[in-house]
Amino acid sequence: MAEAHDYKAIGTRPVRPDGVDKVTGRANFGADLNLPNMLHGKMLRSPHAHARIKRVDVSQALAMDGVYAACAGGDFPTNERTTDLAKNCMARDKALYHGHAVAAVAARTPYIAERALDLIEVEYEPLAPVLDVDEAMADGAILVNENLHTNGDASKPASNVAAIVKFERGDVEQGFAEADVVVEVDCRVPTAHQGYIEPHACTATINEEGEATVWCCTQGHFDVRSLTANVLGKSVGEIKVIPSEIGGGFGGKTIIYLEPIAVKLSEMSGRPVKMVMTREEVFRATGPTSATHCRAKVGAKRDGKITAASAWLAYEAGAFAGAPVGPGCMSILAPYDLEHFSIEGHDVLVNKPKVAAYRAPGAPQAMHAMESAIDDLARELGMDPIDLRLKNSADEGTQAPYGPVFPAIGFRKCLEATKAHPNYTKPKAEGTGRGVAAGFWFNIGMQSSAEARLSEDGTVTVVEGNPDIGGSRASMCLMAAETLGVPYDRVRTHVGDTESTGFCNVTGGSRTTFATGLAVVQACEDIIAQCKQRAAATWDIDVEQVDWADGQAIPKPGVNVDANPLSLRDIAKNAGRTGGPILGRASVNAQGAGASFSVNFADVKVDRETGKIDVLSFTGIQDAGTAIHPAYVEGQMQGGAVQGLGWALNEEYIYDENGVMENAGFLDYRVPVASDMPMIDTQIIEVPNPSHPYGVRGVGETPIVAPLAATSNAARDALGFRIADLPLSPPRVLEAIDNQADA
Amino acid sequence: MEGYAYARPTSVAEAIGVLQSDAASGRRSQLLAGGTDVLVQMRSNDREPRTLVDVKHIAETNRVDIGDEEVFIGAAVPSAVLNENAQLKALFPGLLESADLIGSTQIQGRASIGGNLCNSSPAGDTIPAIIADGGICVIAGPDGSREMPCEEFVTGVGQNALGAAEFLLGLKFKTPASGSGDAYLRFIPRTEMDIAVAGAGVALTLDGGGTCTAARVSIGAVAPTALLVPEAAEALIGTQVDAAALAAAGAACSAAASPIADKRGTVAYRRKVVGVLCRRASAIARDRALNNIGGSQ
Amino acid sequence: MSRVHVTLSVNGEPREMLCEAHQSLLDALRDELGMTGTKEGCATGDCGACSVLADGRLVCSCLMLGVEAEGMDITTIEGIAQGSELHVVQRKFLEAAALQCGICTPGFIVAAKALLDQNPNPDETTIRYWLAGNLCRCTGYDKIVRAVQDAAQELAYEA
Repeated sequence: MAEAHDYKAIGTRPVRPDGVDKVTGRANFGADLNLPNMLHGKMLRSPHAHARIKRVDVSQALAMDGVYAACAGGDFPTNERTTDLAKNCMARDKALYHGHAVAAVAARTPYIAERALDLIEVEYEPLAPVLDVDEAMADGAILVNENLHTNGDASKPASNVAAIVKFERGDVEQGFAEADVVVEVDCRVPTAHQGYIEPHACTATINEEGEATVWCCTQGHFDVRSLTANVLGKSVGEIKVIPSEIGGGFGGKTIIYLEPIAVKLSEMSGRPVKMVMTREEVFRATGPTSATHCRAKVGAKRDGKITAASAWLAYEAGAFAGAPVGPGCMSILAPYDLEHFSIEGHDVLVNKPKVAAYRAPGAPQAMHAMESAIDDLARELGMDPIDLRLKNSADEGTQAPYGPVFPAIGFRKCLEATKAHPNYTKPKAEGTGRGVAAGFWFNIGMQSSAEARLSEDGTVTVVEGNPDIGGSRASMCLMAAETLGVPYDRVRTHVGDTESTGFCNVTGGSRTTFATGLAVVQACEDIIAQCKQRAAATWDIDVEQVDWADGQAIPKPGVNVDANPLSLRDIAKNAGRTGGPILGRASVNAQGAGASFSVNFADVKVDRETGKIDVLSFTGIQDAGTAIHPAYVEGQMQGGAVQGLGWALNEEYIYDENGVMENAGFLDYRVPVASDMPMIDTQIIEVPNPSHPYGVRGVGETPIVAPLAATSNAARDALGFRIADLPLSPPRVLEAIDNQADA
Repeated sequence: MEGYAYARPTSVAEAIGVLQSDAASGRRSQLLAGGTDVLVQMRSNDREPRTLVDVKHIAETNRVDIGDEEVFIGAAVPSAVLNENAQLKALFPGLLESADLIGSTQIQGRASIGGNLCNSSPAGDTIPAIIADGGICVIAGPDGSREMPCEEFVTGVGQNALGAAEFLLGLKFKTPASGSGDAYLRFIPRTEMDIAVAGAGVALTLDGGGTCTAARVSIGAVAPTALLVPEAAEALIGTQVDAAALAAAGAACSAAASPIADKRGTVAYRRKVVGVLCRRASAIARDRALNNIGGSQ
Repeated sequence: MSRVHVTLSVNGEPREMLCEAHQSLLDALRDELGMTGTKEGCATGDCGACSVLADGRLVCSCLMLGVEAEGMDITTIEGIAQGSELHVVQRKFLEAAALQCGICTPGFIVAAKALLDQNPNPDETTIRYWLAGNLCRCTGYDKIVRAVQDAAQELAYEA
């Protein structure tokens, strides 16, 4: 689509509008708000991974000098409709993981609050925990929730398996029977945390009429509002949520932990209450993503045509149902056009923190399994791994394993770009390995609102409701400027609170630039329509006779009017005389989110004496649809790649036999540091999404999907044998090398 | 509520006075140098209020003296300052590398080798390097100062020989002879910011013909305290520090190690890797020594 | 529990604060002086979000006590720009899109400035190791390293 490149604003790389405040320390993040008379809240957390809570007594803590409020599960509405999320925010009858909140206090200083926690008495009846997905699925397993039945079928015995998801097509047995070569991978991927640098934080205040205001760092303040209302038994209208800047989320800030507790403590004390998690609390008590056990099997003819594929996935949900196994099942075979497949996924409870979304939730683990198998298949067949994928790739018109038929997609272009990429065509260095893998994320649309307000000087303020987690204000400004035909610096984008803008779903699912962007474009089109009306009235012609071009109203060719074009500035200046202020609005439930495919490849070197793997180079190639702000698209690709590399190499939750996480800090939960990583090369493929006026696809999630398998495949290439499980940490790699030598 | 207190003595006598008075009243005191371990511990597993006795405003703890016979490094000199001292770096490159490995650039700005030693972690990076270099601890106390070899200073996990009213003034080293070299290597999963999974410090001296005449080898993170490994030194002494000698020294370190399994590594992993590190560090020390033969450093 | 009176200089301005003996410099800056530009990511010295200069030396303010800052010159992110003029590192971070969420950015900018102050021409490896104590979870470091390289280049050009 050649016209995709005719844009004036879109595709440029201007400085983001919120940038200066973020490089000078002015920007206010979750913990930066202080209110007069404010107290500090702290949470008491369960020292047991599984225990009945017999009694909680906060009276001694309350009696301490400087303590003004204390609460526990009994202070929150509890009935049969109480949600899992409410029980996750504050335990009721059972503590379900080590770190589960059981009580809270508010005091004059954080130090006093911490000391007061020591005075809260909790009587526990410790129960044996279930800590592993296989153990939890076994017959006779300890039950996390005695009232949980698989897929809600109460006729079956209670189980830790909350749900089973299946996708099937054709006859998979027949497909495997037709295959000349069948390979199978059985692998485990550990729990990984999003690792956002900003701990969860909020400040809440509530007045005597029950009207609460909450300031917090979140990916979705409308969700904070409804979820907080639910936990407190309040109506949504009684709560106002004001989002701060957000210091990273990656899905982890789409649910709530502190907000209802802070409101409750404020209600009890009559004072504002601020709560900020420690890093340790972030690791122990917020939602990481699932540890998984997956099996992937794929069969093909000698010529590389895949005849069948099957997958079995088991995902840890943590203490409440809701592992992202559905998205894992949707993604695992999405890059391929298959006649026969079967996919079965399991959502499994264990006594660990309730998982939350993490960037393409569920897809990296699933695709690590299948893309490892595809790599093994290429080796068995003696085929180039790109050629194998090209032979079987999904394309426009392919029915996705989860149902819909793909419109225009960019997978083949990513594969072709890989084959031509200088990093791929250059020979590997001596003693290194190269691995390639495909990535996929379906992306979502959902609901968004936006306003575009024309100011009296002709500048435009866009107001929308998606916290800017990585440059989205800049993207909104670019799309607004493109639509209106004005320079980028004439538009500002503001993220409104729950009372100053219309409803928006979370910043998540790679939906913001797509769906909220769509609303912004439509709101700007609304401004244009109104401006055309004002111009028509000024010129005394029919509105149908007015065009909009380059930021101004002009009479259509052939319309006989003696008039100069009216710019946005002219129209704004005269708005009072032509009908009043001009305000564009739009709300959408965006359909047609465009799937984003990628191909990643890595070169690695293994120190065979220590088992350490160094990443020498990494290349990400991804169909982004139209790149609105290419620098931030690259940034998403690079950031996702490094998160994936961290997960592949060193990141993991390490638990002791009692279910206590042993590495709850950045010292031993080892996210990559700058010196661990090479530059991350990127190539953006632009296959416009037909369902968006500028061709936007989601971008943010796909980049984390392929790096796990790409790293595993590169290590396979360097070592000469596969280590199926992750992470490829030095002790695991060295043990495998030694075992291989012994064998 | 009994809270924290902060004392900032500017002389040895004043510091000992604070420690004695706390000891007499049964109040806990804690020595504070760079604070990069102490502050973390105060916020995690050890919240008990105490007097923080900041020993880095005392002249002796801040001194670096380089003499013909002896080198003295004050206990509180930050690692970044040590590494900016070119003369010291030429004499003890391995020791300074071990100091440079502790944490980030930011940590380097505060953390000291004295603090690393007094924190007495099994994985403290400078400790095997100090032991290999034959470091002597100079300890101030109510009865004046006393000295002890570094390998005797750390007595257990987080425990050392300091008495209640004592503190570490600094470390003394013999100025290395011609033909000497030292090195320290550790293994961590990342390139920076981790605690050593295993570490090995080596100091050796070669004669004019390249034969090793003296060696000390120490290993860390593979036992409750850093270990001096005489068997590894013996494997090097009398050899050209060739591949066979390196392998023997490495094997001696693996044999001497008695590691635990934890979140950072298994027993087998640590045992194996400490041998690899000894071998590699010995080769570096040898090459440095070869460069120093004949010349004054 | 009595508090300790601390006299120091922050971004060139004489300041006084009352600190609890165990209070970190980070908490003192944020809570006693209201300077919230310096961020807390871990409070254990592992993330670098709280980086400041203490007498010109790069440190984690979470690993210093407020009382230890007595008599010191502290430079925070709020003191990096000169009046209305951004420091070249700040400008290059903006131009290179070297920030996404922005929470680690103050720490990175203080750290990068400290690097360029002492080594105006660092190579990529030097930059990466110098900044290894600053965690960024959004960018994968690529654009941050490039921004520091760009800043060094501009400084070299000016010199």
